[in-house]
Amino acid sequence: MSMNTQGRPTSAGDAGTAFQPKTFTGNRALDMEEPLIFEVGHLDVTGVDLDEPESFEPELGAHARTDMLDLPGLAEPEAMRHYVRLSRNNYAIDAGLYPLGSCTMKHNPRLNEKMARLPGFSDIHPLQPLSTVKGGVELIDELAHWLMVMTGTSAVAMSPKAGAHGELCGMMAIKAAHSAAGRDPKIVLVPESAHGTNPATAALLGYKVVSIDAKDDGTVDFDGLKATITEHEGNIAGIMLTNPNTCGLFERDIIEIAEAIHAADAYFYCDGANFNAIVGKARPGDLGVDAMHINLHKTFSTPHGGGGPGSGPVVLSDRLAPFAPLPFIRKGESGPELVETRAEVKEGEQPFGRMTAFHGQMGMYVRALSYMLSHGSDGLRQASEDAVLNANYVRVGLQDLMSLPFGERPCMHEVLFDDSFLKDTGVTTLDFAKAMIDEGYHPMTMYFPLVVHGAMLIEPTESESRAALDLFVATMRDLVMSAKRGETDRFSGAPYLSPRRRLDETLAARKPVLKWTAPEPADVTPVAAE
Amino acid sequence: MRYLPLSDTDRADMLARVGVDSIDELFSDIPEKTRLNEVLDLPRRAGELQVERHLSNLAAKNVPASAVPFFVGAGAYKHHVPATVDHLIQRSEFLTSYTPYQPEITQGTLQYLFEFQTQVARLTAMDVANASMYDGSTGTGEAVLMAHRVTKKKKAVLSGGLHPQYRAVVEGLSEMANDDVVSLPADPTGTEDILSQIDDETSCVVVQSPSFYGQLIDLKPIAEKAHQHKALLIAVFTEVVSLGLIEPPGVQGADIVVGEGQSIGNGLNFGGPYVGLFATKQKYVRQMPGRLCGETVDADGKRGFVLTLSTREQHIRRDKATSNICTNSGLCCLAFTIHLSLLGAKGLGQMARINHANAVKLKKELTAISGVEVLNSAYFNEFTVKLPKAANGVVEALAEKGILAGVPVSRLEPGKAELENLLVVASTEVNTDEDRASLVGALKEVLA
Repeated sequence: MSMNTQGRPTSAGDAGTAFQPKTFTGNRALDMEEPLIFEVGHLDVTGVDLDEPESFEPELGAHARTDMLDLPGLAEPEAMRHYVRLSRNNYAIDAGLYPLGSCTMKHNPRLNEKMARLPGFSDIHPLQPLSTVKGGVELIDELAHWLMVMTGTSAVAMSPKAGAHGELCGMMAIKAAHSAAGRDPKIVLVPESAHGTNPATAALLGYKVVSIDAKDDGTVDFDGLKATITEHEGNIAGIMLTNPNTCGLFERDIIEIAEAIHAADAYFYCDGANFNAIVGKARPGDLGVDAMHINLHKTFSTPHGGGGPGSGPVVLSDRLAPFAPLPFIRKGESGPELVETRAEVKEGEQPFGRMTAFHGQMGMYVRALSYMLSHGSDGLRQASEDAVLNANYVRVGLQDLMSLPFGERPCMHEVLFDDSFLKDTGVTTLDFAKAMIDEGYHPMTMYFPLVVHGAMLIEPTESESRAALDLFVATMRDLVMSAKRGETDRFSGAPYLSPRRRLDETLAARKPVLKWTAPEPADVTPVAAE
Repeated sequence: MRYLPLSDTDRADMLARVGVDSIDELFSDIPEKTRLNEVLDLPRRAGELQVERHLSNLAAKNVPASAVPFFVGAGAYKHHVPATVDHLIQRSEFLTSYTPYQPEITQGTLQYLFEFQTQVARLTAMDVANASMYDGSTGTGEAVLMAHRVTKKKKAVLSGGLHPQYRAVVEGLSEMANDDVVSLPADPTGTEDILSQIDDETSCVVVQSPSFYGQLIDLKPIAEKAHQHKALLIAVFTEVVSLGLIEPPGVQGADIVVGEGQSIGNGLNFGGPYVGLFATKQKYVRQMPGRLCGETVDADGKRGFVLTLSTREQHIRRDKATSNICTNSGLCCLAFTIHLSLLGAKGLGQMARINHANAVKLKKELTAISGVEVLNSAYFNEFTVKLPKAANGVVEALAEKGILAGVPVSRLEPGKAELENLLVVASTEVNTDEDRASLVGALKEVLA
């Protein structure tokens, strides 16, 4: 029996663990089941105190609602419990290591949240007079300055709402630039290791996507790229490439790639999802990048919030700068000026249009700038170094047991394994990931990038301590050894200990139930009393 | 650096373990001539106090809506959000989780997305809703692309009552993708002839109600004409609270409903992040963009939720996906769904009636001013005022008096003389009798 430092037992011993009670509620102490709001709420309950208006003489014409609103309400304590209970079924970076490669789950400082909630930022309207939001415009300008200096570029389109929206923005700027030059190329090159959003973005704009293979070392096949450029000479709009790439590697031929693309009268779009690996170490502008979105939520730590909101400003090279969409900020005589419509555009400015209503993700800008100011240029550089060091530390901790598809070379901020180490163990990549859940870890990114069979992409980020990494590596080693010993039960049934066991995704897709509907009344046959 | 746990000792030991002499060896794949050897010319690290001071100074240069009589709408609305909402969305398990790719340990997110989808479907009276878009404007762009996929036609007709910035988003996408778009002139009163624009080439008609100018639009005849020509009606709204009082678009025959959900649970935030609502008919569900959460069971037979129908999405279909988007406004959905469950049918109805009643009072008081005319006959909490002089100058003059009066139409539709004097004014539950009196008094002075 283990003891604490005061000599008191820390567990009840064997007697306490043998019996698993079946509870009446289905709850297991702190692990509580929670129905849907439609099952617990009532139409005549509300959790807000609003009064009926003193007089009500509607001027709705013939547009008044005729059916009843079917939305159950919860009193405030009920709502509190409902959502607190739900929250306890979620894994979170604040609770543990979240090594999702390419997603960059790093610490979310609460200072950023506090700053975003200053009424001077959170409670201003995008269309109130500009004279009353000068600080807001200044903040956008300041953030843009940081982004330009870090990337070595000369303009930023701030408004894109997320990474993929930024891709769309960058590719629209490229299309507009071609159009302004009287060209209409039809092809966009996309390496096979790209995020799925890259080909989807190109296709959305009517481009034909031509795939570029990767070499055996995980980077773009430059010779293949040159051959493809020659084959489609004059018809290439640009390339969409991720660097560092999704195999966790820096594209060594990047400058040659950029030069070849530029020589073909095409533009270089860089997917900036992995910019966090190189902040302060290299500037994409120096590498020949014409446009790159920056996922503020990844590199600059605005919280992912269960899948969003994100924010995807796009930095632009000199050649693309004139085409930045509305709204944009211009240096004025008395400080930064916000340009909102074509009527305000000056000579040389050729905005291609507008990505979204209003100015973009202001709430995210505040958080990102708060993060940048906290780190400073020295701290951001250190963060990139630590992220890369941590990934390599995990690599050397596991490379003798797990399999590295591209050999034992240094990686950037994420390390890519494949599942060949599981061959003949009877354990699948998915099983392996689910067993990690029982160990208290969120699994790594799996089956991505597609270029590697059974990919397992681990990104620890700079937020992890050495002790946390040691425990993670030790856990992974234990899991690998267990799989190799043939302990398949630990994997095939996993997870055993999470709020839910493995979920039937096939059923969900085959018979989609996408909203709650009241159950049919049960067919109750009366039973005669004895 | 307070956010970085590694000590210099750790770093040295770890580099040794990795087998390199210096950290720069790990960056040696970066071409040498582009490697940065100096720290970038930006401020160095700062403590919490310094960061707070700097950002607070910037924030202090702005006038928050709560600090003044406030009547600005036109696509974003000042409403009261219960304290519980912001408290709950800041719980670590919601705030700092990722996309629910591992459903066994993300049921919290998945369940609230399922609740959100149900609420949105019910509010709009549609069959299915997705787990949100970036915002109403980008959702509108996606709705048009979806209509093109469904109808296999490429011509969109945009009503003149559609928010000018929403219209710009759609026009930009259409222009880039070589699709046709017919944009009707600005329509403050809702009297445009949109029916004659609908023909067999039409893929979709995009109509906003309440319109950008506040006018309520009868969608039924538009839906009928659209359906006769195998086109879809895309119904747009920017003020979701209106659905507490007016006939939902689903009842009026809309095929796709898209709108801005900011009003419920989400602050103004200078334009974002917001939450786009998107709903459609069951038969189009596989053409719908965005994330979807579906119900299923786990290995023990317990109810649970997963992301589903991902075969429509970019990570599988790549260049054939329904859209390139790969996220949603998760946390903003959560704020929406918490606020709406606090409101319930009863609270939302009350909130909508207060909004409308306040707008009716405001209209009465404004029209009493000589030379001021309200253009809209049927409206919810927002309407368009025609002033005897250019609205932009009036708004600036009122701002100097500490009153934020509304949005001059010319800010979004510049250079159109017929719109120069128009002001879009919104009134919600936050406006008091005193606020209205201040506005009316100051407006009289400015117009005198």
